[in-house]
Amino acid sequence: MTIIANPDSATSASRRGFERHLKVENVSRRAILQTLGLAGGFVLAAPLLSRPAFAAYETGAGKMPHGTVVDPKIFVSIAPDGIVSILAHRSEMGTGVRTSLPLIVAEEMEADWTKVRVVQAPGDEVKFGNQDTDGSRSTRHYLLPMRQIGAMARAMLEAAAAKRLGVPANEVKAVNHEVVHSASGKRLGFGELAADAANQPVPAVDSVQLKSPKDFRYLGKGQVSVVDLHDITVGKARYGADVRLPGMKYAVIARPPVTGGKVKSFDSAEALKVPGVEQVLEVKGWPWPSKFQPLGGVAVVARNTGAAIKGRDALKVEWDDGPNAAYDSVAYRAELEAAARQPGLVVRQEGDVEAALKSADKIVTGEYYLPHFAHASMEPPVAVADVKGDKAEIWAPVQSPGGTREDVAKTLQLPPENVTVNVTLLGGGFGRKSKCDFALEAALLSKTLGAPVKVQWTRDDDIQHDFLHTVSVERIEAGLDKSGKVVAWRHRSVAPTILSTFAAGADHAAPFELGMGLVDMPFEIANIQCENPAAKAMTRIGWFRSVSNIPRAFAVQSMVGELAHATGRDQKDMLLELIGTPRVVKLASVKDLWNYGEPYESYPIDTGRLRRVVEFVAEKGNWGRSLPKGHGLGIAAHRSFVSYIATIVEVSVDDKGKLLVHQVDSAIDCGVFVNPERIQSQLEGAAIMGLSLAKYGEVSFKNGRVQQRNFDDHPVVRIDEAPLVTNVHIVPADADTPPSGVGEPGVPPFAPALANAIFAATGKRLRALPIGNQLAT
Amino acid sequence: MIKVKINGQEQSWDGDPSLPLLWYLRDELGLTGSKYGCGQALCGACTVMVDKEAARACITAISDVAGREVTTIEGLHPTGDHPVQKAWRQVNVPQCGFCQAGQIMQAAALLNQNPKPSHDQIRDAMSGNICRCGCYQRIENAVHLASTGV
Repeated sequence: MTIIANPDSATSASRRGFERHLKVENVSRRAILQTLGLAGGFVLAAPLLSRPAFAAYETGAGKMPHGTVVDPKIFVSIAPDGIVSILAHRSEMGTGVRTSLPLIVAEEMEADWTKVRVVQAPGDEVKFGNQDTDGSRSTRHYLLPMRQIGAMARAMLEAAAAKRLGVPANEVKAVNHEVVHSASGKRLGFGELAADAANQPVPAVDSVQLKSPKDFRYLGKGQVSVVDLHDITVGKARYGADVRLPGMKYAVIARPPVTGGKVKSFDSAEALKVPGVEQVLEVKGWPWPSKFQPLGGVAVVARNTGAAIKGRDALKVEWDDGPNAAYDSVAYRAELEAAARQPGLVVRQEGDVEAALKSADKIVTGEYYLPHFAHASMEPPVAVADVKGDKAEIWAPVQSPGGTREDVAKTLQLPPENVTVNVTLLGGGFGRKSKCDFALEAALLSKTLGAPVKVQWTRDDDIQHDFLHTVSVERIEAGLDKSGKVVAWRHRSVAPTILSTFAAGADHAAPFELGMGLVDMPFEIANIQCENPAAKAMTRIGWFRSVSNIPRAFAVQSMVGELAHATGRDQKDMLLELIGTPRVVKLASVKDLWNYGEPYESYPIDTGRLRRVVEFVAEKGNWGRSLPKGHGLGIAAHRSFVSYIATIVEVSVDDKGKLLVHQVDSAIDCGVFVNPERIQSQLEGAAIMGLSLAKYGEVSFKNGRVQQRNFDDHPVVRIDEAPLVTNVHIVPADADTPPSGVGEPGVPPFAPALANAIFAATGKRLRALPIGNQLAT
Repeated sequence: MIKVKINGQEQSWDGDPSLPLLWYLRDELGLTGSKYGCGQALCGACTVMVDKEAARACITAISDVAGREVTTIEGLHPTGDHPVQKAWRQVNVPQCGFCQAGQIMQAAALLNQNPKPSHDQIRDAMSGNICRCGCYQRIENAVHLASTGV
């Protein structure tokens, strides 16, 4: 008997009805389709703790679809041999979450990590709570619930031991996989106690005591490697692409080259001649805008992927290009620039920016362009489906296991209970795998073929049919008085919105987009106005790691560098002057301030913390050090996903324009943290991704078609151009500071720090990405 | 009929001789450690060794390896303790891990050729292998560690 052996026996199986409607505010990347009403499960709220462990803090976890579930019977099981199994209900895409959340449970329940096994949960949010692994939320929403689960399990083990030994419960204590009665010296292992513990009542969440941080063995220490490390190094780690079922067919799909297009006709004769090709059939597409639904097209089904790809190469398809056939990135950029030079929808207003600009002694204007980016995770989208009768089983690398289950159910018109979504490891995600279109394709094909099917996207498919990062023009006008003080700040941000993927005609940013570096801009300036002119989307726009923060941070932090230059000041000093006094920023004029879905009381914009990361990185990264000729230092700081990050980049540019990044220093304040080693790896990776998007990142359109296909014409940074050294500095946080995001916030400050460094090295101000050949002389 | 030795075992294939080795390994033999990342030898996720030299399985036709010896990540070391694998674990290289089999095979092939590569030689030899998570600093350090004794 275990604490819980069979997850199906859990009590909360009844699905709560949720009204579905399109409201895009305080939402996860799929909750765009869902309600914001009272979510089920446990809502993380205030008075939890009676002693100083972590102070209670409120998060937005309860507002996520299906909220939070705090139940040791769901998350923990103990076998008679003492092996503790802990469920990981979030998706592992490289952040380490599959290790860190179970580690929190193990910490609190006093389990020995070497005797813990991590079990990946399927998609079932009624049982497990929200599973959308996006928005850099996992630790900040689950640190406390996972601690509570662990503490509840510990209390059950201690109660079972006390009963067995006939002593009061307060005389026993769980210590490293045993419960010890110190008066008698008796010890009972977790395995011995498993059956009895399972029969103990589950204690109330507010009745259990959490460990004091000084007693932590694992949390904050960074000595635990990820659970999949060994499997990864020997080729046994299982990703979506690695799932194989008996009788499984392999399919690739030719999709409409223009978003919103469809099949006019196709000729499969040559494709069917390819050895190994078994069938060619049309797959259903949805009208534009298609949400997360498949784009449709023609599938080639074969005995292996290689045959399917070869068959698709031989396929002839005529397309109806639909409404986006005129999409042209050169023309579109000009439209965005024109829009940014005209007044737009005012989304933040303090003081009188118009008057302040008029009376300014000097105006510095920066207009910045950032193109579409493709996610290009190393594992392209892939999914396996086995649909039999009224049941469907999916194996897929999805960031949204619960949402995938709901979408498969809707698409196949099955009750969600009949759909099982098995979550594999993700070979990268970066937001792409929050959208489950590839799993829906597999489900539809399996249903039609009556056999298990794997749908494999090729790299070309991935780059040509992504849910792209938006494309934007950010225009900032800063007015300075005679003393060089910035007294006016007008920022117009114009970019197609993610909403357009869900609602036809949506052409203004949603609060969650406005709240990523535009309206939440923290500078202490008397007159501030933020505007959002309209922009029409002509392709699928989606979330890309750190989302709108990328263009906003690029613009704002590049402008800091421009202002430093204009006033003859040091970049860091200029940045600190603009951030201003340590204070909580008040944004009275902003309607629907998003704040990453978090209550402002727990997660205010605290300029003291922003100043501190700047000062911390300046000290650790030796800001102002003397450099060889041709080198330059740049700095940038940005708050996103309620974390604070500052980055210093040192570059050199040689006389042929060759750029080399010599050193990167990033400092992060993410509140209290679980695994500093993985924070370090996330920020190391963010520097690479930041450098990739700055140097090369661009997906462009002509005649509605994406002009890039693979890593030759869509390059990403390789090891021989990686920064020579990347240092990560974690700002120590006291135990009362709520945890905040890590996966995404490292990206936004990198590109502007790089641009500021390039300016310092060369005097060239880059206002458009990618850098491409702009440095060539 | 094409005969090839894979991880020490004789295999034979009587299907399309132009089938890329990668799909033969993954879909026909179930050796899924080698990954698909680009299909055009641009990313290195599919890297295997053919007679001890690194090769991109995604553009290597099965007919090209007839009579030769192919080693995949599954066959690199019987217990997974090749110095490169050990170094990888010691440095905690992977994030998502998807590219790592290819990286490890490339690194092992590099050390076959050059047991003590310099940092520049490591960056050069590993530059055909993309890691989108950005583990490059650790890859460089792990290859160096493997070359100096784990």
